[in-house]
Formats: sequence, C-alpha cells, structure tokens
Amino acid sequence: MDNIQLAATAAVLAPGSETVQGKQFVEITVAPEFLVSTATALKQNHETRFDMLVCVTGVDWGKELGTVYHLRSTVFNHMIILKTKVSDRENPELDSLCSLWPAADFHEREVYDLLGMKFRGHPDLRRLFLDSTWGYPLRKDYKDDINILAK
Amino acid sequence: MEFSIYDLTSFTQWIDSSLRASISPGWAVAIEMIIIGLAILIFFALVGLFLVYAERKVCALMQNRLGPNRVGPAGMFQTVADLVKLLFVELVPIKNADKKLFNLAPFIVIIASIMAIGALPFAKGLHAIDLNIGVFYLMAVSSMGVIGVLLAGWSSNNKYSLIGAMRSGAQIVSYELSVGLALVTMVVLAGTMQLSEIIEAQRWGWFIFTGHIPAVIAFVIYIVAGTAETNRGPFDLAEAESELTAGYHTEYSGIKFALFFLAEYINMFIVAAIAATVFLGGWMPLHVYGWDGFNKVMDLIPPFFWFLGKSFGVVFIMMWLKWTFPRLRIDQLLTLEWKFLLPINIFNLLLMALLVLIGWHW
Amino acid sequence: MEEAVLNVPLEKEEYIINMGPQHPSTHGVLRLVVSLRGEMVLNVEPHIGYVHRGIEKMCESLTYSQIIHLTDRMDYLSAHINNEAVCLAVEKALGIEVSDRVKYIRTILSELTRIQSHQLFWATYGMDLGGLTCFFYGLRDRELVMDIFEETCGGRMIVSYNCPGGLMNDIHPNFQKRTKDFIKYFRKTLPEYDRLLTGNVIFQERVKGLGTINRDDAIAWGLTGPVGRASGFSCDIRKHNPYSAYNKVTFKEILYDEGDSFHRYKVRMDEMWESMNIIEQLIDNIPEGPYAEKMKPVIKLPEGEYWQSVETARGELGVFIVSDGNKNPVRVKFRSPNFVNLAPLNILAKGFKIADLVAINGSLDLVIPDIDR
Repeated sequence: MDNIQLAATAAVLAPGSETVQGKQFVEITVAPEFLVSTATALKQNHETRFDMLVCVTGVDWGKELGTVYHLRSTVFNHMIILKTKVSDRENPELDSLCSLWPAADFHEREVYDLLGMKFRGHPDLRRLFLDSTWGYPLRKDYKDDINILAK
Repeated sequence: MEFSIYDLTSFTQWIDSSLRASISPGWAVAIEMIIIGLAILIFFALVGLFLVYAERKVCALMQNRLGPNRVGPAGMFQTVADLVKLLFVELVPIKNADKKLFNLAPFIVIIASIMAIGALPFAKGLHAIDLNIGVFYLMAVSSMGVIGVLLAGWSSNNKYSLIGAMRSGAQIVSYELSVGLALVTMVVLAGTMQLSEIIEAQRWGWFIFTGHIPAVIAFVIYIVAGTAETNRGPFDLAEAESELTAGYHTEYSGIKFALFFLAEYINMFIVAAIAATVFLGGWMPLHVYGWDGFNKVMDLIPPFFWFLGKSFGVVFIMMWLKWTFPRLRIDQLLTLEWKFLLPINIFNLLLMALLVLIGWHW
Repeated sequence: MEEAVLNVPLEKEEYIINMGPQHPSTHGVLRLVVSLRGEMVLNVEPHIGYVHRGIEKMCESLTYSQIIHLTDRMDYLSAHINNEAVCLAVEKALGIEVSDRVKYIRTILSELTRIQSHQLFWATYGMDLGGLTCFFYGLRDRELVMDIFEETCGGRMIVSYNCPGGLMNDIHPNFQKRTKDFIKYFRKTLPEYDRLLTGNVIFQERVKGLGTINRDDAIAWGLTGPVGRASGFSCDIRKHNPYSAYNKVTFKEILYDEGDSFHRYKVRMDEMWESMNIIEQLIDNIPEGPYAEKMKPVIKLPEGEYWQSVETARGELGVFIVSDGNKNPVRVKFRSPNFVNLAPLNILAKGFKIADLVAINGSLDLVIPDIDR
C-alpha cells in the first residue's frame, strides 16, 4: 500500500487519533488510552497486517515524554509510525505491547531504563543497562555532572 | 665386554653381575631398583618436556604459524622456561578443601603413569619388568589414574571442579572397556600376554599387517578410545577452556598443576607406546619374510629408535586429531562408547578368534 | 546493574551458574545467569550494560558529521555499514543525491565488511566448539581484507570513511587490484572452510537441531539478518528497500527453513559467496565522478523525523533521527540488530544442555557493544 491509502486506512482503524503524512511514512499519534487497541487493529487488519515491531524509541519532547513505534508489515512491505505522548513527567505510564509483539520486551525495558517510562503489563520491567543509582539519562533535564562533551 | 646398541641385554647383565660381585645380592637388587627408578623418572621428565614442546610446534605448524622460536635454538627450552615459571607460582591454599586429598591427587596420577612406564619394552634388553601378564598389568595400572582425577575434583570444594571431575571419571571408566577389549583382541592373535613375547611374535610382520582386518579395526578403536581415556583431543570437554572452567584441575596452581599437565602428556605417550608395542611391533624393525636385503637394512637402525619412532608417530596422530576436530559433547561421547565402540569391539573380538582358529592370518 | 535474582524461586535440584562478563565464549562482556538442573538448561537470563557508553545521549551534543565516528564503535565488525546508515539518513533528509561513484564504492566496501565479519564469525564459532585451528585460518584470511581497508580508508576495523555527502577521500589506486586479488584467493580458500568445519560429523552433531525458531516467531521477535533468514523470514534490506548501488547488482537472498544453529551458520557461509559475487559485478565498473558532494560546513537537518535501515552483517540497523532544525539532533536512536537478536535466547536455549548454550550463543553471532551502545 502506498502512503495515501495507508493514511486513509489508518484513520479508519484509529478513531480519535491524528494521522499525518510525515517526511517518509504515515504517522499516527494516539492518546495513551487507545495505544493497545490501535496497535492491535493495525496488526490484525487484513489490509495492513503489521506483524513486525521494528523499533520502540523513547523521546523526551521537552514538555512531554513519548514513545515512537516503528511497525512494518512483512506481507506488504510497508512501514508506519505510531506515536504517543504522556504529559505526566513524574510518573509516566503506558500500556505494554508485549502481548502483541514479543520483541517489545527488551525495547520497553530500555525505554524504562533510560527515560523512566513505566509499562503496565510488562512481564519483567527491570532496568537493562544501568543500575538503580542512575537517574534517567535520556531526559533533557538530566544533570550530567561529568559532562565530557561540553557544549 | 661386547656392548651393542642392538642388544642391550649384555649391558644390563654386565651391570647386574658387577653389582652382585661387589655387594651382597639383597643390596644389589636394591641398588638396581634405585637405578631403574631414577632412569624412569629422568625418562619421564625428558619425554614430558619434549612432548609439550612438540605439541606446541605441531599445533603451530597446523595453524599456519611458527610456535615457540625464541627461547633457545628453535624454541627448544620453552618448556623449561614454563616449568621454572610454574615453580615460582604461588600455591593458593583453598579454604574448606580437604587438604590431604587435595595434595595427594596429583601424585596418584603420576604414580599410575610411572607404574605403567615400568612395564614397557623400550628395546631388546631394556625392559624393566617383563611380567607374564604384561598387557593385563598395563590396563590395570593405567586405570588407577581415575582415582586421582576424582579426588582432585572432589577435594577442591568447587562445584565446577566436581562437575568436571565427574564427567572426566565417567568418560575414563567407559573408554577403558574399549581399550581393554581392543588389546584383548591382539592378545588372542598373539596367544600370550607377555610383552616381550608379543614383540618376538612380530618378527616377521607387525600385527597390524598379519592380523589384517580385525587388527586394523582394533587399532582404530584403540586410538579413539585411548585418546578419550587421556582426556585429549576431541574428547576434552572436561577441561575445555571455552566451556565453564578448566575442569578438575581448576583449583590447582604452580607445581601441582604442572604435575597434572605433565601426567596428561605422559599418559598420551603411554597409550601411544602400548599401541606401538601391541600393534606395530614395539622395538622390532620392519621385516618382510623373504626379503633378506631389506631386512638387513631395516636392522641397521637400533631397536630403541624404532620404538621411539613408532611411539612418537602415534603421538603425532593423536595431536593431529586434537587440532583438527571440534569437541564432542559429554552425552555424545558416552553414546559413542556404549552404543558404537563396544558392539564393534565385541564383534571384532569374535572375528579375530575365528581368524586365529581357522588360521587365516599370516 | 540489577542484582542477580531470577524472578522465579528455585525448584528442587536446580542450581544457578554464572557465565560471567568475562568468559571466553560469550563474545564480549555478556553475563548469562543460567539456571540448570543437572546438565539441562531451565532458564537463561542475559544481563547487559557492561559496555554502555551512552552513545545515543552523546549524539545529542554532537554534530551530524561527528555522530558517524561514534557509529563505528557500536557493531565494530560492520563499522563501514554503520557509517553508511547515518550518512544515508542525513543525505535523504537534506535531499542530496550522491554520485554513482560514491554509491559503488560504498557498496563494495560494505560487502567487504560483510565478508570480514563472517570470517570472524567462522573463526570464533569453530574455536568455541573446540576446533581451535579454525580461529587461525579465519583470521589469516581476514587480515587480507583489513589490509585493503587500511590502505584505502586509513583504519582496519574502525573505518570512518563515509561522511554526509560522500566519502572522506577518494580510493587508493591499488584498491581495485587488491580487491580483485583477494576475491580470487578467497574463492579458492572458502571451500577449505567447508572441508574443515561444515562437513565434519562432530560439528554437525554438535550443532544441528539446536535452538530452533520458526518463521512466525522470528517475525514476532523481530529477528533479522542471518538469524531471521535461517528461519525462512525474508528480511534482507538490500532486496526489499535497496540503497546505494544494490539495485544495480543481482544476488541471491539466502533463505533456509529449519531455523536451527546449523542453518544460521550455513546462511553466513553462503552469504560470503554472494558478497563476492556482488563485489565482482561492481569492482571493474566504478564510474568516474566526484567522491563527495559539496556540503555546507555546518549541517542542519530540517525539522522532522527520519528513518533509515541498512543491512549490516548481523541484521537490520535502523537509524532514527529527530531533528528540530539545529545542528545537533534532538534524539538519535539506533535500532541495533544484536539487541533484538539477543532477546529470545531464553526460548532458544531452554531444554538444551550447557554445552549447547555456547553453540547457540555463538550461532546468534552477537557483538555486545552493539547491544549496549
């Protein structure tokens, strides 16, 4: 499917979301409550069939924390981006997508480790690279005492 | 006094008679035992040194590199340097280890090896103990090494050493069956267990040629099982570096580790020497019945060098196997023995018995 | 590091062994906490993070030309391909079309990188399983590729030859001849590898049927590269979304169905042949042209998000750049193939013996700095 058809289909599948044509792929922005339902719809719909989760990226957008999911369909060879944002910086929580794609396991642990985003329903949410004495380094307000790369 | 390097009995008789002439018979025997003991120990040390160096050179040449070539001419003194280093290494005492058994274990392995060397025929007349149950004695004595391995693993108070020792023990005990049966096959062909008579019977052709098919099968099985018995080659899971740890000798350091290390190489030499004696004619040169000129030429080389040459040839085959093949897993190892080698061995024994009865050997 | 507690309480007769961060066969600083019953593996838990250098955080303070030098150090065996990924992302964002000369050279060097990485895989896999001679043969031939890299790019393993807009400098005059000589030599030598290891009965018994994963599970876990292709998942980015000069060459994508360790090994051996075919199609036809486009001294990507996938020797490397128009990116994320390939290790190894764990881990061909970044 090319991007225009994909955008149309996605808008149907994800009510209450914002679907735009980004620089390369269609980007769907959903509210956190609709994340799992949208992802399930995208995975199971016969015309889209996004059966592979390529990447989960945690981004600190400045005011909000968010995750960006890159999904790919191995059947149709198209890609789509699913985005969601959480405005609560103290206790950010999202639903885990591990039940849909097992690949999300390690990715979500990494996002938790580096950004502090908790995932409800994750089978084993522990820090991955760092230990508990570190804060959440990828946040923009992280205080880096050593600061090797001085601006 | 006529001494010839082709028949050392005259030399040994001369020592014996001159000792008996000057001292009482009891003391003469005692001094002879001391001389033989020293000779065996020196031989043990020299062969060990040489084999470690040879392994490193052979392995290097197979891996397209040079091996030790700095210490001494062509790296000959590398093993001496390693030994000196090991002597200086700190002997780390293990907490909660059974100290008596821990210290005893390497010596048991060494003692088993030395006892086996004592019965090997090195040349005509250079045979320390010529028992009439020679083959049986060799098999019995080399089995004693297992005790040392198990003691080492258990007394180290280390679960990895224990696992390694258990695996090693199971492996050695299993493969002894195959070694024993292969040797018994050749005893059937020879009709005697006495080593000097076995060699004498190979005067007109080594057993591997005269016994044709069953002897070749027995030889192959013996090489495979012998390699497994000494924890070498593709059967070295118990001490593999890229598996968990170094197996049963993990906790040993310094001179005690050197004893285990040396014992492994000497065991390899013993396995090769027994193969050379029973299959390849020991110190007997290659004779072909009827080719007198050829036999005269073969006789020019002294028997001692024939023996060493054959032993080191078999040692080279064992090293070749080690550096070519990957390792077998422990269950594959035991499956190989119990499900494949043992039935083949038994069948081979029957075949050899049949051959001897019918007279189809040369 | 989180404390080493397994999340399930120990059963009867279960004991835990630590294949610690320093271990000859974990190919880097990877810690595996293995729970065993006798010889059988019940649970494997990887602990990573020993080589975490914060590359993604560092990228937020560096310019786009500087980021390339960090990518070398992630999967250092596919260093050139990593560089290429970032350069392609930046060039796509700026809308720059590099010359054909650059594309050809990048592709040739990528394929040489792939060959060199698979040579190291063969060398270390044989060594892990006990065939120590394989290590020397594999590395001896790899030296020839490293020498080619050193002459043209200046570095043997850490290459940093790409820059946004093209290459840092033109290729060395000897490059084509040396590459052709290497291909001729290696075509004769590669069958030796098969004779030494692939056809060996002991090796096959050690490795066949180990750590099987079927195609649907491979897609669900996101396994790409030789690991995915051995399970039948056709995931070669060079075929599905070609970049550089890959749409100008013909080559086969190696696929097998069985998904066990032996076929992961076979995929890599066959890929070496295909890489040599690709290089031979390109090496004589490198077109003339500039080796780099004229770029502004300070690169600023327009605002937005950009994604680029490339096929490294281990799988799909994805580069995700979020830019707000300044010279430093807001966020750079590297979707590393090793990170994803490590995740199903528990499932692959359950029920096998501890000696098999080494074989399975080796067949995944992990490079730990790529996992940790």
